[in-house]
Amino acid sequence: MNLNLTSKYLEIQGVAQTFKTAKGDFPALRDIDLTVAKGEFVALIGHSGCGKSTLLNLIAGLTTPTQGNLICANREISGPGPERAVVFQNHSLLPWLTCFENVYLGVERVFGNTGRVDGKSKENVTQLKARTDAALDMVGLSHAAQKRPGEISGGMKQRVGIARALAMEPQVLLMDEPFGALDALTRAKLQDELLAIVANTHSTVVMVTHDVDEAVLLSDKIVMMTNGPAATIGEVLQVNLPRPRSRVNLADDPRYLGYRKAVIDFLYTRQAHVEKA
Amino acid sequence: MPTFNLKQLVLRVLPPILGMGVLIAIWGLVSFSSTNNFPSPKETLIQAIQVFSDPFYSNGPNDQGVGWNILSSLKRVAMGFGLAAIVGIPFGFMIGRFEFLSNMFNPLISLLRPVSPLAWLPIGLLVFKGANPAAIWTIFICSIWPMVINTAVGVQRVPQDYMNVARVLNLSEWKIVTKILFPAVLPYMLTGVRLAVGTAWLVIVAAEMLTGGVGIGFWVWDEWNNLNVKNIIIAIFVIGLVGLILEFALIKLATAFTFEEVRT
Repeated sequence: MNLNLTSKYLEIQGVAQTFKTAKGDFPALRDIDLTVAKGEFVALIGHSGCGKSTLLNLIAGLTTPTQGNLICANREISGPGPERAVVFQNHSLLPWLTCFENVYLGVERVFGNTGRVDGKSKENVTQLKARTDAALDMVGLSHAAQKRPGEISGGMKQRVGIARALAMEPQVLLMDEPFGALDALTRAKLQDELLAIVANTHSTVVMVTHDVDEAVLLSDKIVMMTNGPAATIGEVLQVNLPRPRSRVNLADDPRYLGYRKAVIDFLYTRQAHVEKA
Repeated sequence: MPTFNLKQLVLRVLPPILGMGVLIAIWGLVSFSSTNNFPSPKETLIQAIQVFSDPFYSNGPNDQGVGWNILSSLKRVAMGFGLAAIVGIPFGFMIGRFEFLSNMFNPLISLLRPVSPLAWLPIGLLVFKGANPAAIWTIFICSIWPMVINTAVGVQRVPQDYMNVARVLNLSEWKIVTKILFPAVLPYMLTGVRLAVGTAWLVIVAAEMLTGGVGIGFWVWDEWNNLNVKNIIIAIFVIGLVGLILEFALIKLATAFTFEEVRT
């Protein structure tokens, strides 16, 4: 693997996104330039409506940009694919399938195919099931494998969503406010789990969040976005906190507090949100 | 707390009984003051017991027990409805999935849907040259619309989240249909089925009055020709009861296949 690929694993060049609406064109994003290195954890933070999720959808390939290019591992992103797995904000589990089946659906597609992306031969059902079990085990949900999403809590559903994404062994893990709908304690627990999982799998992660502590605790780089319409990247903050990180030890760490202050300063002083009437 | 439960039970059972009581009272009053021998509830009950004591007799094609009549009506409904499901559900899927087809067929559906199914009966008689297939044809026509429309709406309303999941997982079209579209559309489809069966059961009575043969609708008309009003009233209750059972069974089926929405 060459240096270029490692430092510029995911590259966003001059991306703009305009939506056509009934009231004419709505410019959501403009002039987005961003590189993400392999194994880097990047948080996108900004007020609601600043186009964070729009940017994530572009990286996921769910939408195509009006202008500019997105490149992942030296290939242009032309559509969604399992190498860029998404953890959706509302978990998006299929309610008629069990947790196991939800995860298996992705695993089967990636590893049970004859024409695999990585060129390896397809795996048999036993191997696929083992992968699914391992993914559910990683998020601590082996006991709930045979339950349907309707029978488990919100936090558990989100963990199944993470397991589904990670089980596909994606090159990039995209998370759209994955813990936004959860209570503070559950959120903290899942953040800690995510830290441990990312440390083990060395995943490249792009996460949308509006939680300052979450961004500082988890990321290597915080991308702060200006307010929309026509939002862009306002500032990029490198978070040089040693890993493994512990929320308890960081709570009174002056560097942590400094990063936290920098983000809050950006969000509430320079980009103070003006609610439209 | 047995007294509390008893009170609840009474409150649950009493209103329907009172409702029935009001109906029977009005009916009794009408028959009492009527000059043209409108049967009283009591006479009808005695007749009903007699009719249901031997529901499966057969004295030739025009004189069969009430059981046979119900069964042959149900058989026609099942055949017409089954054919409509075989045609209508895949058709609805296609209209829902492809906008072109939707634009192509929507005006046609809007034009034909309000037409009373009975208007199609002569066409059926002409084409199929028989009363029974014509009746089935009428049922087919009336039950196909709710199934096409509900299936199409269901497909259009599959949450975008699920389709995004399909795209991110890069599922094959077959997996999308079997794992996402079909289960997501099923509740809508079952609503269509329920509406279709309800309409079919309404229409079969009228269709059979016109086509004759064996069937609950024919039975009503035959008893009118015999001036046997008691049997007509019995038939009305029987038709209502069968419709109620069909509806109840399909609601039960629909609840079993309806899952919670993605948003919690």
